[in-house]
Amino acid sequence: MTIDWAHFTPWTSLAGGLLIGVAVAMFVLLNGRVAGISGIVGGLVKGLISPRSGEIGWRFAFIGGLLIAPALMRLLGTSVVPRIDASFPTLVAAGLAVGIGTSYGSGCTSGHGVCGISRLSPRSLAATAAFMLAGMATVFLWRSLA
Amino acid sequence: MSTLWAFLAGLVFGIGLILSGMTDPGKVIGFLDVAGVWDPSLAFVMLGAILVSFSAFMWAERRTRSLLGGAMHLPQKRDIDARLIAGSIVFGIGWGLAGFCPGPALVSFGSGQDKAAVFVAAMLIGMLVYAVAERTRRASTSA
Repeated sequence: MTIDWAHFTPWTSLAGGLLIGVAVAMFVLLNGRVAGISGIVGGLVKGLISPRSGEIGWRFAFIGGLLIAPALMRLLGTSVVPRIDASFPTLVAAGLAVGIGTSYGSGCTSGHGVCGISRLSPRSLAATAAFMLAGMATVFLWRSLA
Repeated sequence: MSTLWAFLAGLVFGIGLILSGMTDPGKVIGFLDVAGVWDPSLAFVMLGAILVSFSAFMWAERRTRSLLGGAMHLPQKRDIDARLIAGSIVFGIGWGLAGFCPGPALVSFGSGQDKAAVFVAAMLIGMLVYAVAERTRRASTSA
């Protein structure tokens, strides 16, 4: 194993992680909910088919906050240049897999990886192990093919 | 009032994602590339997030109402089933292919990345496929 020292950012990553933790804490203590992004978005999509009252506003509000975040960061002078190497067909396949997989698996990196692990949920520990290993295997195979 | 707090939680979450590097798919793939040149940064993201949220959940689990007076909606399922594992594996494959998971994809979409927009659209279609499949399954089992 070789460490990528050029891209390794332990302090900003830790700081960003602490902020994510603050957001999770705010959301569970004030709104009484788990900040799982796939669940929040999935609930809106499910609402298209079987609408339920009281389930729309807070979901749009949370997602609105996520969407506004880059603009606020830009005002503060931080612009992010993401490296998106995936082609458009790959992005479509990946998006479908993430949408279907997080729905059947009841969560993603935030819901299982942060909230569930913090609650010591065996379900979330198993789910996190499964998506981490699958992600690592995918990158390994993808790199070998390329 | 709770809607405003939900917005603020989303905003802080999004800023955390940007600062941490999670919105850069190259960095995410660098983390998943354990067999290649490995960037362990994202382990620090999880560590930081769990450090704070662990104590918040310890407090929240003992409460019957939120601080704003609303009901608590914490997931209670604890069993590990095939759906959970199979779904998580499919999610992991998609995550590894593009380097996007749902939160960072939405934030990148918010910053105007067209590739993130394509990913988010496909993700929403995937969630819609699930919602339709579940409704069909429920209708056939209850009939």
